Amino acid sequence: MSSGRSVDPTHRTFVSYIDKSRAFYLARGHNNPYRWAHFADVPFAPLRRPLSAAVVTMVTTAMPEPDTVADTHELHTVYSMPSDHPPTRLATHGLFWDRQATHTDDLDSYFPVHRLQECVTDGRVGRLAARLHGVPTEYSQRATIERDAPEVLRRCREDGADAALLVPL
Amino acid sequence: MSLVARHLEANGIATVILGSARDIVEHCGVPRLVFTDFPLGNPCGKPYDVAMQRRIVALGLDLLESARAPRTTVQSPFVWSADQAWRDDFMRVETSDTPDGDA
Repeated sequence: MSSGRSVDPTHRTFVSYIDKSRAFYLARGHNNPYRWAHFADVPFAPLRRPLSAAVVTMVTTAMPEPDTVADTHELHTVYSMPSDHPPTRLATHGLFWDRQATHTDDLDSYFPVHRLQECVTDGRVGRLAARLHGVPTEYSQRATIERDAPEVLRRCREDGADAALLVPL
Repeated sequence: MSLVARHLEANGIATVILGSARDIVEHCGVPRLVFTDFPLGNPCGKPYDVAMQRRIVALGLDLLESARAPRTTVQSPFVWSADQAWRDDFMRVETSDTPDGDA
């Protein structure tokens, strides 16, 4: 039996990564905490056709494995993968995740392409878009807003995507 | 990733985030979130647990259809383990970390 510490019912159960990272870097002498993106208004687009007729894509924050790209520039830019020949692995080093508690050896635990393909087979989803996408994790929110997000949109439109599953690690 | 969700959504593409950093995503503000209360790294289900991964993806697809307003969060029912130590252990600040702490 494990040590079995239970959730303190007087506090929220989920971890505040904003608070944790602030405390972590403050303890190391960084007194200028990262300002996480925050907006008062949130856009909303209803799904424009039934899911069973929709084209769905997926976006990850994981990167291609360095030995699978011809140009290392691709490791720091929006990239795409064919949905009918998805990668068997992606690179997750350098990303913000819990190496002590878990691992990323199973692609579908953070990029569930095979689970999505099953949803197409079952008829729950119309079809997958021709391409799935990856976006680099940028310290600069401006780079994401002005460069990467528009590039993902452009590729989604080219492929006729109606909806996207977005999976940050 | 939340910023990408917002941009796609503002341009007519429906999105759902599958994530485990609930505070970061909700602080930004996104249309739809399926929150799984796991250590960061497996927001779509435990490694090799195909049934769980199917359930979490299905929750995301359901939410694409059912959400009627932005900032809609659904929490998946899964628990990482009886031992909750991972919550405290991640990015734990030790006394020795502080500039004037005892090494």
